[in-house]
Amino acid sequence: MNRATLDLWVGFFVAISLVALGFLAMKVGNLSSASSGETYTLQAKFDNIGGLKPRGAVKSAGVVVGRVSEIKFDPENYVAQVTLQIDTRYKFPRDTFATINTSGLLGEQYVGFEVGGDPEMLKAGDTIKKTQSAVVLEKLISQFMFNKASEPSAAK
Amino acid sequence: MSAEPLVKVSNLNFTYDRRPVLTGINMEIHRGQVVAIMGSSGCGKTTTMRLIGGQLRPTSGSVSIGGQVVHELDNDGLYQLRRRMGMLFQFGALFTDMSVFDNVAFQMREHTDLPESLIHDLVLMKLHAVGLRGVHQLMPSELSGGMARRVALARAIALDPLVMMYDEPFAGLDPISLSVVGQLIRTLNDALGGCSIVVTHDVQESLKIVDYVYFVSAGKIVAEGTPAEIKKSTTPYVHQFVWGEADGPVPFHYPAPPYGASLLQEVVRA
Amino acid sequence: MLDKVVRALTSLGRSVTDRIWRLGFASRFFLAVFLYSGTAFRRFHLTIREIYFTGVLSLIIILVSGLFVGMVLGLQGYDTLQRYGSSEALGILVALSLVRELGPVVAALLFASRAGSAITAEIGLMKATEQLSAMEMMAVNPIARVVAPRFWAGVISMPLLAALFSALGVFGGYLIGVQFIGVDEGSFWSQMQASVDFRQDIVNGVIKSFVFGVLVSWIAVFEGYDAEPTAEGVSGATTRTVVTSSLAILAADFVLTAFMFRGI
Repeated sequence: MNRATLDLWVGFFVAISLVALGFLAMKVGNLSSASSGETYTLQAKFDNIGGLKPRGAVKSAGVVVGRVSEIKFDPENYVAQVTLQIDTRYKFPRDTFATINTSGLLGEQYVGFEVGGDPEMLKAGDTIKKTQSAVVLEKLISQFMFNKASEPSAAK
Repeated sequence: MSAEPLVKVSNLNFTYDRRPVLTGINMEIHRGQVVAIMGSSGCGKTTTMRLIGGQLRPTSGSVSIGGQVVHELDNDGLYQLRRRMGMLFQFGALFTDMSVFDNVAFQMREHTDLPESLIHDLVLMKLHAVGLRGVHQLMPSELSGGMARRVALARAIALDPLVMMYDEPFAGLDPISLSVVGQLIRTLNDALGGCSIVVTHDVQESLKIVDYVYFVSAGKIVAEGTPAEIKKSTTPYVHQFVWGEADGPVPFHYPAPPYGASLLQEVVRA
Repeated sequence: MLDKVVRALTSLGRSVTDRIWRLGFASRFFLAVFLYSGTAFRRFHLTIREIYFTGVLSLIIILVSGLFVGMVLGLQGYDTLQRYGSSEALGILVALSLVRELGPVVAALLFASRAGSAITAEIGLMKATEQLSAMEMMAVNPIARVVAPRFWAGVISMPLLAALFSALGVFGGYLIGVQFIGVDEGSFWSQMQASVDFRQDIVNGVIKSFVFGVLVSWIAVFEGYDAEPTAEGVSGATTRTVVTSSLAILAADFVLTAFMFRGI
């Protein structure tokens, strides 16, 4: 086996492996969206973050605009302090409403941004004032049962 | 014959696993000499050669080549020394993944910066010296035993070494190849101008070509001399070896309990 | 009676100390391979030749196995997921299983059996036929010339083969899941892309296969170099390469997974 043939085969081998790796990174993983550009930090406080995890999505109008980078407990106010990394391309007004939603019925939780009409935009490091906590399923069920119980009995 | 020997073995002792393999070996090999180290299998002759080549360290005593003590050399020094030595292994030890040409060219490519055109000519010259210029394209697996050994010889002399060592060069060869190898050892030695050490137990071929013989038995030198002296020797071990007698100092029977008693013994069924 | 016990204990102790001694020797050998790797890189064509024999010639088994493993994952995964109405998560299941675990581990096991045993046999035979001795006597360091290129070829080939295995496995899962069974193509890929993180999953998978490559190549070259120079010696060495490599891969996989995926 002469050197030229060896080099050809090894080059072919390395080339297809790199293609496979690229396929994995792009089509299987989320490389294209993950590292596209700079982000700026926003803070938000929630009474209950439910099942929100770091690296969860931040969506506005259903489109991913950022990621949750850190979740900490604020011991002074007994609330959850969530740090968000938002893509610098997108700016949000100061009266943006941050809610914790569930994708689908029982899916993963994400932070949703609902914008208001404030002309001033949130700057890097700002805290989002208006937040709504996650819906906790147990509370919902007990509320439903409470409502049902307090309904006057219809037909007796 | 120069006064200072090229290879000098002084009081060499070698033990392996607390078992003495060589005891008090003294040898002197001068420039231009072909020296044979003879003895039956397992007597320590191959170990002697490995000690000369620096593959083993002596327990005490020394081997010096051209004045340099082999086991005192550092790694670089040892590799420098080995470039002036050539060794022919028992079955050739050709590199099986390369062609005959590449095998012979190996040392030239590794140790020199010679251009490929010059290497090409040198390789063919070395192969011509052993009579195998026509097989330079073949792979080692396509050669017969005798041819492989000759190619290995061409490879060993690639850089015109000063000291040539042969490990059982005659083992397993047909009569024609025996004679060819024997003549090659002599003519190459005379052409290279160094010395050659042949470890062998083939008496007939080696006595035809060597200048001096050392006889080793159980790790000691029991006899030495020129081929003529050896043939006339009355030392029992040498006499048995040279004339191929079945029984003598090297007994025919391996040590065992008395014959009559073992036959009459009750066979114990396990 | 008592001396039987004593003898049993002695032989047990002897086998433990022998193993530890051997491990020490293997570690010094590993360091030596590193120290003498200059030739393998300065004359890179030596390493390229070995990449051909270890990597390229393993392609068939890796590609075919990857495809089949992916297809089986698709079948089994669908069977379980559809019981909970989550059959669109098939993409996630196939991709994460392959990229995180099956790709690196199974590819490494196959590599150890095919390429690792070949390396061991080759070096062992070279030792048995005195080729390594001959090289030493010709003032060429056999570790630099024969061992190091094979070691680095294994280290380079392993991550590449693992990537190919995973990629083909995902494709196999897609073939079965989407084309054959009928899972929705859009949700197959989109859910997969949303759940497979580049840094966490893919890069960790590559790191794993790199570590496996180092382990398998080290074991393969050591067993070959240390083999008894006889036929039984070489065959024992090739068996040991496959067994020891497999155990090492699985143990290292546990350690690496514990470190990498603890948080999740």
